[in-house]
Amino acid sequence: MTKSSLVAADRHSRRWMIFGCFAFASLIASQVIAILISPPDRDMGDLQKIMYVHVPAAWMTMLAPLAMLWFGVRYLWKRREEDDLLAASSAEVATIFAGLTLCLGMIWGRPTWGVWWTWDPRLTSTLVLFLILAGYLALRAFTDDREQRAQWSAAVGVLGAINVPIVYMSVRWWRTIHQIQSNPSTVDPAYVIGLRLNAFAFLFVMIFFIRRRYEAALFERSAEHVAEAAALGVSSGN
Amino acid sequence: MSDDFQTAAIEASGLARRYGASWVLRGVSLRVARGEVVGLLGTNGSGKSTLLRILATLLKPHAGSGSVWGHDIVRNAAAVRSQIGFLAHSPGLYDDLTTRENLTFVTAMLGRGEGDIDRVLERVDLAHAAGTQVRALSAGMQRRVALARLMLVRPKVLFLDEPYSNLDSSGIALVNALVGEWTAEGAAALVVLHELAPAAPVLHRTVTLHEGRIASSEPNVAVMA
Amino acid sequence: MSARDEWRRARAIAWKDLTAERRSKAGFNGVVALSVTILVLFGFALGPDTQAIRDAAAGAIWLALLFGGVLAFNRSYQMELDGGALEQLILYPGSRRAIFCGKLMANLAFVSLMLVIVVAVGGVLFQVRVPDAWPSLIVILFLGALALVTLGTFYAAMASRSRAREVLLPLLLFPMLVPVLLAAMEATRALLGGNAMGDAGAWARLLAAFDVIFLAASLLVFESVIDA
Repeated sequence: MTKSSLVAADRHSRRWMIFGCFAFASLIASQVIAILISPPDRDMGDLQKIMYVHVPAAWMTMLAPLAMLWFGVRYLWKRREEDDLLAASSAEVATIFAGLTLCLGMIWGRPTWGVWWTWDPRLTSTLVLFLILAGYLALRAFTDDREQRAQWSAAVGVLGAINVPIVYMSVRWWRTIHQIQSNPSTVDPAYVIGLRLNAFAFLFVMIFFIRRRYEAALFERSAEHVAEAAALGVSSGN
Repeated sequence: MSDDFQTAAIEASGLARRYGASWVLRGVSLRVARGEVVGLLGTNGSGKSTLLRILATLLKPHAGSGSVWGHDIVRNAAAVRSQIGFLAHSPGLYDDLTTRENLTFVTAMLGRGEGDIDRVLERVDLAHAAGTQVRALSAGMQRRVALARLMLVRPKVLFLDEPYSNLDSSGIALVNALVGEWTAEGAAALVVLHELAPAAPVLHRTVTLHEGRIASSEPNVAVMA
Repeated sequence: MSARDEWRRARAIAWKDLTAERRSKAGFNGVVALSVTILVLFGFALGPDTQAIRDAAAGAIWLALLFGGVLAFNRSYQMELDGGALEQLILYPGSRRAIFCGKLMANLAFVSLMLVIVVAVGGVLFQVRVPDAWPSLIVILFLGALALVTLGTFYAAMASRSRAREVLLPLLLFPMLVPVLLAAMEATRALLGGNAMGDAGAWARLLAAFDVIFLAASLLVFESVIDA
């Protein structure tokens, strides 16, 4: 790993903090706006407002694996350590959003359908994706050699990410209880603005999370490099 | 100056590798010329096997570089592999297959016919055990099968990890005879040794490792004479 | 390296795997015994009521195959790790894909044989009536088994060399197989229920598509997996 990427990360750190503040501000603003301007749903009443967190979280859960795929492929191609750290960071963030989607889905579902879990397509696919991510993280946890871990994670991440749309499609074919995927066209126009605003806000927040997690990993790794170089008895430049 | 115009059979420059947080190999540089046999000595954990494996492209170095007949061990690993033969401490055979089946597998993987197998079995004195499952062979006999495999590979560089262990005196003589033949044809050999004695007749030089670094490098006077 | 050389290498590896497996009798018998045990346990879990177990037959058979398969895939690499044979395998010339294809073929033969026994025993235990469309059933079973073996061979290359192999292989493999299992189980259920060919044809095409996707993806990245 080059020192220059560390220096660059340091320099950019301030800019990313500003972006982070912006991301969270936009999240708060979007939530407030959505809650205030949207009327209560015919059937669900104010419970409907959970949609503004649940649906964007679900969308991010599908997006984050794309980042995993991108960085995984780049790692396999160039073998740069940074790409491995970015892929791992994306996976962790994806896991968080998947967990969030599942919990919120259950919280929404209980009053709506009377049960905590209905095997509806979107929630079930998210659960499967959560398990795929758990496998990815377990593989990383159980592999000690750094290069081996990076190469194996990239291979597993690429296959896992490719499978995400396949899982979603096959679960949907298998079962349809849940309402059709809420594209703006099928959702009451009154809710669309709120959803779109929050979708973007969640996107900014997710990007920020991935970046912060990556920075933490980067600094951790460079500290390891320094310690190793010292143990070897050479200067840590490279 | 040594004959730098000639490509070295094995060249290592500052090779280092860590295991977890601690370094097993701490920067080793050496050079093995055409037809040379170099022995690696050192206590357990001094990095001998690691060095061998790195040069044989089985492990990647975490620092430094190396080459075999001019091919870089990291960037041209495939070219390196086509030139080398590796004799590990464990025989690397399939227990449930017979001796002959193991060697048939080797020739199939090398893309060659099975014509040489009988000759090779004769040479290592295992013709009588050709139909025996490897599981039933003694450690010494398994080592001979591994040597037979090496003969089939016809390597230009040999990496031998403690080749004399578990061998009786005729086995030791066999290893030395084979090494002598291969190096006479221009192959070079890097041999990890537990003790110097069995290899004395063929070694040109010994290199001693201590805690991942080269402690000393000495010619083997017996052979030079 | 020409394609014919690669094919010869893959065939040599498959031959080696199958010969070794045939000689070590414990392997296949043990795995099949386990799969049958799982079928029996499913029978207990789902109750002796005829309709209930008939409905559950497809699922139980596929799951029994899955658990047996996991054992088979880890065993396939175990023989390379035991005597240090994997190092020698890596050193032979030629691409790593030959290793993957060879092991894939051997595992496919192993699992296909297992499939026959599991389906036969499962059919009996779960009181299944042999459907008219049994050739289609065989096609579906084979296509599903192919996906199982492809991904199993791929993930076992890593899991078998990891610290937590018993946990890691199922954890990596099972979620990835969800699409395949859904398609295979639905198709099997449809055919066992005497359903028309139409539906099953669509599922078969779907399974074939999965096979192609997973095979291509595994072949593409296998080099990174075996060399590490």
